[in-house]
Amino acid sequence: MASIHAAVIDLKRLDQLAGSDTPIHTLDSRAKVLVTFAFIVSVVSFGRYELIRMVPFFVYPAVMVVLAGLPPLYVARKIALISPFVVMVGLFNPVFDRTVMYQIGQMEISGGWISLLSLLIRSILTVGAAFILVGTTGFTAICQALERLGIPQVFAVQLLFLHRYIFVLADETGRASKARELRSCGRKGLGIASFSSMTGHLLLRTWQQAERIHTAMLARGFVGRFHTHRKSRFGADELLFLLGWSLLFISLRTVNISEVLGALFP
Amino acid sequence: MSHHIVEAKNMQHVYPDGTIAIKDVSFHITHGESVAIIGANGAGKSTLLQHLNGCLEATSGQIRIGDTPLTKGTLPDIRRTVGMVFQYPDDQLFMPTVFEDVAFGPLNQGLSDSDVDRRVTEALAQVGAAHLRTKAPYHLSGGEKKRVAIATVLAMSPDILVMDEPTSGLDPFARRQLMSLLREFRHTKIFTSHDLDMVLDLCERTIIMHEGMIMADGPTDEIFKNETLLAACRLEKPFSMQGCPVCSRGHAQTS
Repeated sequence: MASIHAAVIDLKRLDQLAGSDTPIHTLDSRAKVLVTFAFIVSVVSFGRYELIRMVPFFVYPAVMVVLAGLPPLYVARKIALISPFVVMVGLFNPVFDRTVMYQIGQMEISGGWISLLSLLIRSILTVGAAFILVGTTGFTAICQALERLGIPQVFAVQLLFLHRYIFVLADETGRASKARELRSCGRKGLGIASFSSMTGHLLLRTWQQAERIHTAMLARGFVGRFHTHRKSRFGADELLFLLGWSLLFISLRTVNISEVLGALFP
Repeated sequence: MSHHIVEAKNMQHVYPDGTIAIKDVSFHITHGESVAIIGANGAGKSTLLQHLNGCLEATSGQIRIGDTPLTKGTLPDIRRTVGMVFQYPDDQLFMPTVFEDVAFGPLNQGLSDSDVDRRVTEALAQVGAAHLRTKAPYHLSGGEKKRVAIATVLAMSPDILVMDEPTSGLDPFARRQLMSLLREFRHTKIFTSHDLDMVLDLCERTIIMHEGMIMADGPTDEIFKNETLLAACRLEKPFSMQGCPVCSRGHAQTS
């Protein structure tokens, strides 16, 4: 199952990107977590039919990708992976919501289509921001930031283990699928029956491996607290980063930029 | 140097399913000794090793590291003293880069940034893996992973080094390199291994385990000469103590 293996390597690349040394990467992780939170709240708080006013928000991912030197195509591909799920969620909007909102010539565009598109833009923005956060901060540092921001330590560590468990599970699934595939001689194997027992085995095996990893962590002095090598403090740069972006998000959320620009340049 | 002593007294371990993995095991390992624990598959070697730094808790009996009995309260100190390298490096490497992985232990020990840097650099140089510093552990070959896994433990400057199958999965050259590295480690060393030639080369003392019990404990040379004992424990002499395969084949043809 080369595809599972490739997908895991691809996902791990995101964590590796976090090891770069750009000005964005060296910022204190708390500032980046807070800005991402402000961004997501601003975007999500728009009404369900809002389209145009969300467009200026693309400035944040664009600037961050450039400043942090993240590969834009890679980030775009990651976001595109989520899109089918979003479309599935909003699939019935055009069916149930048939109120005509716009008319272009003979073509009528219903509220359902607008809300579906709005949902898609929202997901691109929020998922993109989350990916950028991981790619510029790293999962360990994010969990550490959450803890320093007051989230109980047990939740932060759970989140970290969950992230680690995804890789353990994916690795084991890749191996089990390959073994099954090689002995199915190009046919279906035993079909669904083999999958049910495989799932059970996967759970037990990954459980055991996760336990071994945990033991190895304990053996190296892990006491429920994560340390990152990059020591940082919340200084002037962080404050500027946080205030700058937050003010921009608040202005974009409260002021209709397109209208203002339209009034300035009639 | 009493903290380099490892002592087990009437230790027993029963797994939750009722399997008795270790039955009444006692031994005393002193400072600077290099001891091999050998035995067939399922003899209880790995289970025994996992008791030495509290990864498993003995059902009965006692373990002491130096003057400290192994209890929940003493675990952090004991884990600082006993460095353990696990059999599968994939279980031991869990951070995004080799550097971060090797730094994990020293950071948990609360060392300063510069000390962590120094420890990581030294440990990676010791195992010949300095060039792997920025790589992701999952991109390494088996031998490289093993060396980095050893570096993760060396970086913690343990007084006692415990290794489960250190040479398994290594190519002959990497195996030689690792053996020279281990020879240089002056503190107490405890290994389990099926690589009996390595045991002969590195360990002056050998403990044989069979079905959860210690069958023999003594000088490696003497133990490997006792063919009856080895056969009873599903073991063989190291290859270097067996007849030369080429000469003995020639002998078989002529006779």
